[in-house]
Amino acid sequence: MTRQFCVFLLDGQLFGVEVSLVQEVVRHQAMTRVPLAPPVIGGLINLRGQLVTAIDVRRLLNLAPLPEGRLPMNVVLHTTDGSVSLLVDDIDNVIEVDDSAFEEPPDTVHGRTRDLIQGVYKLEDRLLLVLNTEAVLHFEKAKSATTGR
Amino acid sequence: MDDILREFIIETHENLDLLDRELVSLESAPSPETLAAIFRAVHTIKGGSGFLAMPKLEAVTHAAESLLSDLRDGKLTVIPQLTTSLLQTVDAVRRILGSMETAGTEGDADDADLIAALSRLREGTAVPEAPAPAEAPEAAEAPDARTQNVSETSVRVDVSLLDRLMNLAGELVLARNQILQAPCADPSFLAAAQRLNLITTELQAGVMKARMQPISNVWGKFPRIVRDLAQTCHKQVRLEMSGEETELDRTIIEAIKDPLTHLLRNAVDHGIGAPAERAKSGKPPEGRLSLRAFHENGQVNIEIADDGAGVDIKRVKAKAIERGMLTAEAAAHLSSRDAISLIFAPGFSTAETVSNISGRGVGMDVVKTNIERIGGSVECESQPGAGTTFKIKIPLTLAIIPALIVRCGGDRYAIPQVSVTELVRLDEAKSIEHIQGAPVHRLRGELLPLVYLGSELQVQAGDAGAVDVVVLQTGERRFGLVVDEVCDTEEIVVKALGSHLKGTACFAGATIMGDGAVALILDVFGLAQRGGLIGAGHASLPAANPAQHHEADGGRQTLLLFDLSESQRMAIALSTVARLEEFQSKDIEWAGGREVIQYRGKILPLIRASSFFSSADESAAPHDGTLQAVVYNENGRNVGLVVGRIRDITSEHVVMQTSARHTWTLGSAVIQDRVTDLLDVPAIIRASEKTLSPEAPR
Repeated sequence: MTRQFCVFLLDGQLFGVEVSLVQEVVRHQAMTRVPLAPPVIGGLINLRGQLVTAIDVRRLLNLAPLPEGRLPMNVVLHTTDGSVSLLVDDIDNVIEVDDSAFEEPPDTVHGRTRDLIQGVYKLEDRLLLVLNTEAVLHFEKAKSATTGR
Repeated sequence: MDDILREFIIETHENLDLLDRELVSLESAPSPETLAAIFRAVHTIKGGSGFLAMPKLEAVTHAAESLLSDLRDGKLTVIPQLTTSLLQTVDAVRRILGSMETAGTEGDADDADLIAALSRLREGTAVPEAPAPAEAPEAAEAPDARTQNVSETSVRVDVSLLDRLMNLAGELVLARNQILQAPCADPSFLAAAQRLNLITTELQAGVMKARMQPISNVWGKFPRIVRDLAQTCHKQVRLEMSGEETELDRTIIEAIKDPLTHLLRNAVDHGIGAPAERAKSGKPPEGRLSLRAFHENGQVNIEIADDGAGVDIKRVKAKAIERGMLTAEAAAHLSSRDAISLIFAPGFSTAETVSNISGRGVGMDVVKTNIERIGGSVECESQPGAGTTFKIKIPLTLAIIPALIVRCGGDRYAIPQVSVTELVRLDEAKSIEHIQGAPVHRLRGELLPLVYLGSELQVQAGDAGAVDVVVLQTGERRFGLVVDEVCDTEEIVVKALGSHLKGTACFAGATIMGDGAVALILDVFGLAQRGGLIGAGHASLPAANPAQHHEADGGRQTLLLFDLSESQRMAIALSTVARLEEFQSKDIEWAGGREVIQYRGKILPLIRASSFFSSADESAAPHDGTLQAVVYNENGRNVGLVVGRIRDITSEHVVMQTSARHTWTLGSAVIQDRVTDLLDVPAIIRASEKTLSPEAPR
């Protein structure tokens, strides 16, 4: 069995979400910030008249913000509750991977990252981390689970 | 469920709605046309049931059809029992259809009794006692496919398709706006852009119109509800409806269905009296209930009027006292208008007995909240002995609303125009006063609490010598919202926020502006709540309602604090205050044995609060020859209460202790670390009026 992943970059690391969840990939869009919203919310995007909430994945993974002047790209997912965009550094490719290359995240990966990562695919030269989209979309629940360590 | 069955069910529901209407009108005004329409509808249902092999449905409709056939041939006349049985047939058919939809079978219920009753009616023998009419079936059971007189020129369109068209039309408007702003001088391009402009506007209006439904879609059920209810209550009620063709957006239609039904039930149950009771007051035994809808000022007005005994103000007050919402003294002072508005307070009901129709005390406040939620308002007018009228005003649509666009911290926000009362521009240094950090502005003499949008939203607001203030009204509360800049009014398309942002109290949604940027829509009620103007879950009570003093739920109240003397801190509810004024001592004159002052071309009687407290010595009053006074409005007359020195306006949870109650106070509480007495202003005003010489007014 093979699976297709939409691959993108965050802080030099390859991440992927299953292609079937992705509605589209778009370049940087003007964002409107939402005061009082959780910091993980990057803002609101107008995607051809559709209102899309953008999630700042870097912040969610406790990564440093993008350097000044670099604009994030959008990986738009369709969910049961409308569309949600993941703000990522760069879009890489769509790749097909074999199930045999899959492994659970190793025990040394901990903290919040562990809840947000479904597992790892061992590619030839690099590792591909698969985002747990459920946990990303319901980050407010995941937060409480990331206590300790 | 196969398509033929689904079609049949949809069609039958339409026929049943028609039967509800026509059967009631047959009773009040029998005509061969009405009878023929009823007969046709029943016949159609029976035909379908035979074709689709639904024996129970067929048996019931067959019995009804036979009865109707005799009626048509003139062998029988219309009597109430007959109508009741036929309406029960309608209910039975609805029940069978409901079970067909959910379970795929006709259900287990037996209609033998009903069939027997129908055939007894045919033989001319009256049914011994007509069973009480069944509660009108819940509309939710039926699929929402009620359209009237579907003629050959109309098509059935799925509502979600209309919503999609509406969205696309909104998109087209944005694209058009961008094209119109494009820098291009080519005349042929400009001509095309102009045409695009016109077509888009027209298309948008057309789609809007397509979403409109006549209000009769809700009202269609009312004759039946009123009739059943009147029978249960042993009353005679004639329902008159006008303006059924008034159109509203379908989202609004859905939202007003329950409140309207509730008001109607109330009118029959409480409003209109029993025939004997009506005869005593010289009215015809049949009560009149009128329902009127019309467009006015871009809003839809709905009036529900009965000619019953009117709201019994004494009973309302007594009930409010009993419920601990009001003191007896405060009640005595309440104007009849304010007293009537008490019926909208939560948990209020004057029905002596709780019937299954109304009187559980969970009603009017829900009606009010539901109507206000969609940007509407409801008020009640009542003439003792002559009847009660409920006036409802609601917007035409929720999808597109006029909004004021403001700027704050570099972002644009939309404020629904319905909440905006006026715009003022203030010099920050001169016109804004601070009472222990709480900013207020005297707007034409009235205190207007100010809320800074920037600090409320925790964004960096601009810094300017002059500020723009948007005066907002939510329920009974008014406040000023300080923004960086007021831009423009625009018609905006409301879009819901995603689930991640639903919990943000300050925003009601978002919209897409002409340039494609997203702007958040401010939720005025939420803002007021965040600003501490309204406590969470605290019902807005009518202005000048001293009930707030007694709220035992620990709800926040906004209090005006003042020092009567150096050692005596006092408070009054800000909602009861009309204005705060400063007078010069030298301007005080004497008239009719009391101190007065010329105020806005009239004579304002002054009462010194200190004269009611032996311990007070006015030592706290300013020593520069000025007097600080709180102006009250009592039944249209102003009274000035001289209060020493005004200290602060605070909003807090007040825990009142009444043990140390003085004649002129309502109790004491610890506010801002000081023991504070709550002044009983109505009692003081009354007492000072008693000491007046007879030539004084009243």
